[in-house]
Amino acid sequence: MYRKANIRMKANRIIYCIRQGVQSIRRNGLFSLASVVTIAACVFLFGIFFSIVLNLQYMVKQAESTVGISVFFDDNLTEDEIMGLGETIQRHDSVAQIVYVSPEEAWERYKERYFADYPELAEGFENDNPLADSASYEVFVTEVEQQDAVAQWLQSLPGIRRVKYSELAAGGLEKANQLISLVSAGLILILLVVAVFLISNTISLAYAVRREEIEIMKWLGATNAFVRAPFVVEGLMIGLVGAAIPLLAVFFLYQTVVRFVMDRFGILLSVLKFLPAEQVMALLIPVGLLLGAGIGFMGSFFTIRKQLKV
Amino acid sequence: MIIFENVSKTYEKGTRAIKNMNLKIRPGEFVFVCGRSGSGKSTFLKLLLKEVEPTSGRILVDDQDLGKMKRRGKAVPLYRRKLGVVFQDFRLLKDRNVYENVALAQRVVAAPAKDIRKEVTSILTTVGLSSKYKSYPANLSGGEQQRVAIARALVNKPEILLADEPTGNLDPSNSQEIMNLLEKVNEMGTTVIVVTHNAELVNRMKKRVITMRRGVVAGDVQEGEYQDESE
Repeated sequence: MYRKANIRMKANRIIYCIRQGVQSIRRNGLFSLASVVTIAACVFLFGIFFSIVLNLQYMVKQAESTVGISVFFDDNLTEDEIMGLGETIQRHDSVAQIVYVSPEEAWERYKERYFADYPELAEGFENDNPLADSASYEVFVTEVEQQDAVAQWLQSLPGIRRVKYSELAAGGLEKANQLISLVSAGLILILLVVAVFLISNTISLAYAVRREEIEIMKWLGATNAFVRAPFVVEGLMIGLVGAAIPLLAVFFLYQTVVRFVMDRFGILLSVLKFLPAEQVMALLIPVGLLLGAGIGFMGSFFTIRKQLKV
Repeated sequence: MIIFENVSKTYEKGTRAIKNMNLKIRPGEFVFVCGRSGSGKSTFLKLLLKEVEPTSGRILVDDQDLGKMKRRGKAVPLYRRKLGVVFQDFRLLKDRNVYENVALAQRVVAAPAKDIRKEVTSILTTVGLSSKYKSYPANLSGGEQQRVAIARALVNKPEILLADEPTGNLDPSNSQEIMNLLEKVNEMGTTVIVVTHNAELVNRMKKRVITMRRGVVAGDVQEGEYQDESE
């Protein structure tokens, strides 16, 4: 019985706080709108950069996974020794797969790559493979991050003349990724500060409007938490609405841009591999909402705490 | 029981508002605290409301030492729920009707909706405003507004009612009505403390009168009178 009454009391209190929060947003319409717009801009930019960074990372991963480490042997190595070396490499924990590339295959690949348009130039070498000593293993690692360590380990093995791996073909993408992450982090930080400041202003105004009511409530025995709650609700609502709108916009924009790039630059499809919108949004929605709610909470909670102290 | 033991209050600017105050107010008493402005009677109320802290001395309310009550947490709000407060300028919320103004006190203590309806209706009947529950403060007379404020102060059934110049903005007839209402509240068991400098009203009521002068208790007489020195 007592528990039931207690739950009902808490429910009444929550309903009251939410109602007060909504009323306050309506009363300070213009300021609330300004706060929503700033948070929306912040989350929108965040969403755009987040999608770019996520896709770049995905592309880097894709590119890296197709790049193997080429391992060339000492000239005097017998076939058995090469086989034994292959088994040793295969046993390494971080090695996913190794492929033996014979000198003939190496020459075929070389021709394909460099003499594709001028096959007559390669004809002179037909019976004298210039890559006769270029038998190799192509080693693919399980995790891209292991590439450096595995390459170093391979280099230390006896019988290995050279280890070659691109550090990386994807290096450029990775650099772009870092730059974009850095720029976006800077921009988002500035917008975050502006958003928190604007919410703080909105809440200060809401407090000024309700100052008399708060004073009366405190004489009547309202706890600080009870007085504070509607303002925090107001901040949270502004934050969540401010986040939800741009998330929706980013979702549609992402789909449109991906479709546009696919249609226009189909030729680049082998390099440009986009994550599906659903996959990006599955991460972006919780992070974005949390960001909006976080800004709203920070802006309102600390402002009202400061005001109530005075 | 309210006990002031050697209570002094000096504000930061050096103003000594109350000097070495000693007094006891028993449950169910009706007490006037009188004095000119600057005599310390407002500080007396602020001390009781725990809006300010005494510089020295001890204040006990129902054996609760206000000095030991922590500002943070629920102790002060829970203590204030024992008190009802009425002000000279009524302090009603202009954007809410009579019912909502009174209900605010119940919402603050998270009373269930059903109880709010019952209690607010009942107290509005007691103060004689049941027919005006939908009116806004701007449409009420000064006397009616003060009665709404009293209803708000009483709806949570406090043990003590503090009234700060409750008739300060009212004409004599409304003032008397408010005093009659406060007397009725007192008869129902609530301790009533009225801070005022309205000598005529005080002298007519024949209640305990505590007179304050420059921060000290200059007189404390049962069925006493107050001589306003500014007259």
